Amino acid sequence: MAETPHTITLTVNGTPYTRDVETRLLLSDFLRHTLDLTGTHVGCEHGVCGACTVLLEGEPVRSCLMLAVQAAGHAITTVEGLSSSADQMHPLQNAFWEAHGLQCGFCTPGILMTLTAYLKDNPHPDEHEVRTALSGNLCRCTGYQNIVTAARLAAAKMSG
Amino acid sequence: MKPPPFDYVAPVSLPEALDILSQRGADAKVLAGGQSLIPVMNFRLASPHLLVDLNPISELSFIRLNGDALHIGAMTRQRAVERDPLVAEHAPLLHEAMPDIAHPQIRNRGTIGGSLVHADPAAELPAIMVALDAVFVIRSRQGERQVTASDFFQGLFTVDIQPDELLTEIIIPVKKANTGYAFLELARRHGDYAMMGVAATFEMKAGKCLSARLVYLNAGDKPVVASQASALLVGQSSTAELFAAAAEKAASDEMEPLGNLHATPEFQRHLARVLTVRALNIAASRADLKPSRSGAKKHG
Repeated sequence: MAETPHTITLTVNGTPYTRDVETRLLLSDFLRHTLDLTGTHVGCEHGVCGACTVLLEGEPVRSCLMLAVQAAGHAITTVEGLSSSADQMHPLQNAFWEAHGLQCGFCTPGILMTLTAYLKDNPHPDEHEVRTALSGNLCRCTGYQNIVTAARLAAAKMSG
Repeated sequence: MKPPPFDYVAPVSLPEALDILSQRGADAKVLAGGQSLIPVMNFRLASPHLLVDLNPISELSFIRLNGDALHIGAMTRQRAVERDPLVAEHAPLLHEAMPDIAHPQIRNRGTIGGSLVHADPAAELPAIMVALDAVFVIRSRQGERQVTASDFFQGLFTVDIQPDELLTEIIIPVKKANTGYAFLELARRHGDYAMMGVAATFEMKAGKCLSARLVYLNAGDKPVVASQASALLVGQSSTAELFAAAAEKAASDEMEPLGNLHATPEFQRHLARVLTVRALNIAASRADLKPSRSGAKKHG
């Protein structure tokens, strides 16, 4: 089927972009291949693993379950947008580093984006609440123990 | 995987969307939140020629109280339903079930209408709507019709809607003061599809059950209403024996669970028995709440 490319304008990590996209291009692939923002990872492409989680207008969504054309006019935040410079990590990223909250790191960007939004609404979660909040993000290395520790460490630091 | 090519239109008004569907409805698939449709397209289990994206149509996203009914626009995000104070007050059964629907990342995009039209028998919203006696408003260029939730769901992923029609609004009668409710499900992990789930409503008068409703998810090819089990409860006082008998009736005689990798049909029936007794206890106790003397309003 012949496809007419769509021209979209959107904001990613505060920077406006205008690009031509095929309608079938997933937002996850747009971020990685069109904008070269490869921090957003692609795992399952059916909304189960959570690796591709990004913020759409501040709320976490699966970028593999959205078309790039649907992001037109919206503001997206990816893991690259968490901190303003490479040597100044976001407190959540620091907590993951301190508490050894990652091993291979594949799931980490999605988990960071999920937790960024969650901790804004729930600044003092207990262990059970963190585990429930992370139920939509799969990690195959850590057994989640240190991820939960890191999340609570970040919560403590961020709320002062 | 990636979806095969398709044409894409994003109408900004309902009349425009209905015009497109009246012309190309047979080739088209309506895109709501996309949390079921996009995976199905990524797997190439569906390859529509045209996607009609309803997301820009803001008039389909609302929650209003109109007299004795809640009106929810079909494109209202599940997350908005979950957080809405009107829903919490007037449809507490729906409010209570919302966190069990997948994960926040899914509910942020997923819409109430999208889930209903998709009609997965293991999903929560279809069973909830049948339990609440909801009415669905369906529009086409020809006009508007209304259909009850119990008539809407016809079978596996099959509902009473034509290619040129759209579900636009869900109407839910507000909870009556003497009615209790409960929603319980069991999933291996929070947010996964439940192996079994039940929505119960329980209306009391003078210590006896006036009416009750038991609706199950993942217990057949559509929401399963256990009317014989409910009939056992009417006119009776709440006792452990009565609730066990109702649970037995529903689980043994009124459902056809299909079984899956994680649960055999026998195990699903067992879960239905356990969850039914628990749900009836909770619903009956909520129905039985007396108004407090201070006049403070209690959720019943």
